[in-house]
Amino acid sequence: MTAALEIKNLNKNFGALPVARDIALALPKGARHALIGPNGAGKTTLVNLITGVLRPSAGQILLDGDDITALAQAARTRRGIARTFQINQLFRGLTVLENVYLAVAERMRASHRLWRPAGAEREVVDEALGQLEALRLADDALRPVRELPYGRQRLVEIAIALAQRPRILLLDEPAAGVPSSESHLILDAVGALDPDIAILIIEHDMEVVFRFASRITVLVAGAVLTEGPPQEIRADERVRAVYLGQEFRHG
Amino acid sequence: MAASDVTAAVGLDARDRARAFLATRHRFGIFEALPWVLAVAAFFVFPDRMAFGSQVLLMVLFALSLDLILGFAGIVSLGHAAFFGLGAYTAALLTLRGGWEEPISGLIVAAAVAAVAGAASGWILLRYRGLTLLVLTLATTIMLQELGNLWRDVTGGYDGLPGLTFTPLLGQFDYDLYGHVNYLYALAVLFVLFMAVRTIVYSPFGQTLAGIRENVARMHAIGSPVHLRLVTVYTIAAAIAGVAGALFTQTNQYVTLGVFDFDNSAGVLVMLILGGAGRLYGAFIGAVIYMVLQDYLSKVSPQYWQFAVGLLLVLTVMFARRGLLGLAEDAMKLFARGKRP
Amino acid sequence: MWGPLIVSATANIIVSILFEGLAYAMFLFIVSVGLSVTMGLMGFVNLAHGAFAMAGGYLVLTAMRSWDVPFFAALALTFVVVGAASVVFERVFYARLYKATELDQVLLTIGLAFMAIATYTYIYGPRPQSIVLPSYLTGQIDIASRTFPAYRVFVIAVGAALTAALWYAFERTNIGAKIRAAVDNRRMAQSIGIDVDRLFTLTFAVGSGLAALGGGLAIDLFGLTPSFAVLYLVFFLLVVAVGGLGSLKGTLAAAILLGVCDTAGKYIYAGAGGFIIYAVAMLILLIKPAGLYGRE
Repeated sequence: MTAALEIKNLNKNFGALPVARDIALALPKGARHALIGPNGAGKTTLVNLITGVLRPSAGQILLDGDDITALAQAARTRRGIARTFQINQLFRGLTVLENVYLAVAERMRASHRLWRPAGAEREVVDEALGQLEALRLADDALRPVRELPYGRQRLVEIAIALAQRPRILLLDEPAAGVPSSESHLILDAVGALDPDIAILIIEHDMEVVFRFASRITVLVAGAVLTEGPPQEIRADERVRAVYLGQEFRHG
Repeated sequence: MAASDVTAAVGLDARDRARAFLATRHRFGIFEALPWVLAVAAFFVFPDRMAFGSQVLLMVLFALSLDLILGFAGIVSLGHAAFFGLGAYTAALLTLRGGWEEPISGLIVAAAVAAVAGAASGWILLRYRGLTLLVLTLATTIMLQELGNLWRDVTGGYDGLPGLTFTPLLGQFDYDLYGHVNYLYALAVLFVLFMAVRTIVYSPFGQTLAGIRENVARMHAIGSPVHLRLVTVYTIAAAIAGVAGALFTQTNQYVTLGVFDFDNSAGVLVMLILGGAGRLYGAFIGAVIYMVLQDYLSKVSPQYWQFAVGLLLVLTVMFARRGLLGLAEDAMKLFARGKRP
Repeated sequence: MWGPLIVSATANIIVSILFEGLAYAMFLFIVSVGLSVTMGLMGFVNLAHGAFAMAGGYLVLTAMRSWDVPFFAALALTFVVVGAASVVFERVFYARLYKATELDQVLLTIGLAFMAIATYTYIYGPRPQSIVLPSYLTGQIDIASRTFPAYRVFVIAVGAALTAALWYAFERTNIGAKIRAAVDNRRMAQSIGIDVDRLFTLTFAVGSGLAALGGGLAIDLFGLTPSFAVLYLVFFLLVVAVGGLGSLKGTLAAAILLGVCDTAGKYIYAGAGGFIIYAVAMLILLIKPAGLYGRE
């Protein structure tokens, strides 16, 4: 059974600086995989490599067995890879509805149409609204995104990714920057995701990681330190050493 | 009523409101008739200023084309006059060298030439951003002007090509000394192209332009072919600017290399910013005020005019960044807020 | 028999082009270096830079004509006065827009430039002005069995001296090191205690002063009119973009390259070679959008 997403020997150098070293990762369908590691380990870089923001110096990325290493970012998205950013990348001046509308319209290939009003694309509008409802954002549909509290903005970030109906979803610290009073919104949303989607989540909050993930990869200085189910990782001495001095919260 | 019923009712409300908003925002508001009413009224109120009126209208068209790329797509160009100039010279050379004097088809050919130039230059230049793009757009236009000077046998150089003639409009309306026919001609062209631009702006394509302007990284991430979209809108804007240039040639029966001047690119930029970019009607307000001020002040002294433009720019950037329309919007919001009990 | 004649004639032309081009290049360099460093440091697009050059030229003019200040002293005066005055502009107008979009900066500075041009046209009139140079700067100088116009030699000499001085300041002094660090990575520089704002004001003042100096030197090269501020602005922008923001080496290389190409173009296509400089600049920018020595 081919994994939905497979990464083989991925390397990336910025000049003389290696930021990704021989990374290997497999995301089967329905995966709940967490990527952890200290700051600067290269976690976001890996996501950038997978989505096509960065080109690798060596190695392969396979989607359902197809080599997508040379594909541009937009092409990979159309094949079903979606991501959220560590810091919100939203259309701040536009309404929540418009934010999600854009993602849906791209996917449904309605975005190149010049002659019809945007609102006349009933399917797009309906699906966008449905997406908002699923994340309990419908009440804010007409508010400009920048007026929303940060936690709800983070939800919009996820809504946009979900509107792409991805098969592979890469969540970069989805709860980052969200006040603890609102973080349950994010966690509930993540927990309710379609079981068929392969999800890779970057997180620092170990409680979230152990609750959510069935496999964990530990990344240190651009290379994979170890990979395994949560119990193994929790018990691994090397992992504890890496996190020495950081708060290591248990469930 | 149970709490869940209330929530459900509220949820339905929000959804319907959202759907209604998107479905109706492109509908014509009553205020949108105002600029056209005023334009027609001007025809009767200022019958002896109609030659000037045509120039104002074609400048509105030029500013509108800039609004597409600047206000809606967020492309900062200092060389938009390139397309105006190409359209102007196409119209001139069609009649002078090609013996083709029919004006409306002249507009179409000018639009096509400008569109090709827009597509070609856009394809190359729109891969760049920031200072690089600024300098490239500026350099392209100046280079066109210099090339026009090099080939002055064809273009007439800075002296230009005077005494151009055109066949009567639609075969019937001869051009009168007071420019009445030209005014209505320009108004009709402006109306048609404005409707086209308005339709584009409210379409799904127009929505993606807003997305590109707001956050291009996000657009890449949702799979949008950003470069293709930018080149498309740049081409459309170039075509419209080309029509404005052709109108310039046809209504003045004269063209010089001055159409490529930085003053032209800067002037249309000032018009748009003054009126308010990204708002369609900002082009109207800005162009009218700019042209009227220019007409009045440069008769007093050209320095007064230049100083006034500079001052307007500085004041607008520092205090009214979204232009006069932006100020009007703010005023209406304050008014609405004041009305609430 | 014709061979050696043709060779020496061609060599003569090449030397002339290089010489003229170098003089032009030195002028471009002197004015543009300030723009390049301030843009590299703060990312601020200053289209009023040409206006500082223009104002500097007019100050030299007035100083020599109305106050009997000798030429060299006038040049020094304009450097100091315009440099100091620019600080006022920086604090009052520019400082507000450091976080603003590039478009806003472009619009503000174009507006200031227009106001400046209008004001100077009102005061001095639109006609080109000239000054009376000290006699030893007029005429020709003999160098290596050729004669060269003395003033051009002077401009090249001033350019070379300033290049050396700036190089020394950048590479060998504390302040120069701080500037280079801040150009490289502003946030990092701030976090290690460098006062980038103060540094910028200083750089801005020196840069504007140099622009004024360049404007003063240009009077006898191109003549001085108020529209100088916008006419030559394009070339300053080309030099800055082609050289790479914040790079002394880049500004020099671009100035020489573009200066020589422009001169060559005008020799070859007499009266209409103006487009060469744009073609060359665009070609370079299309291949290296960050400029010859630009980063990222």
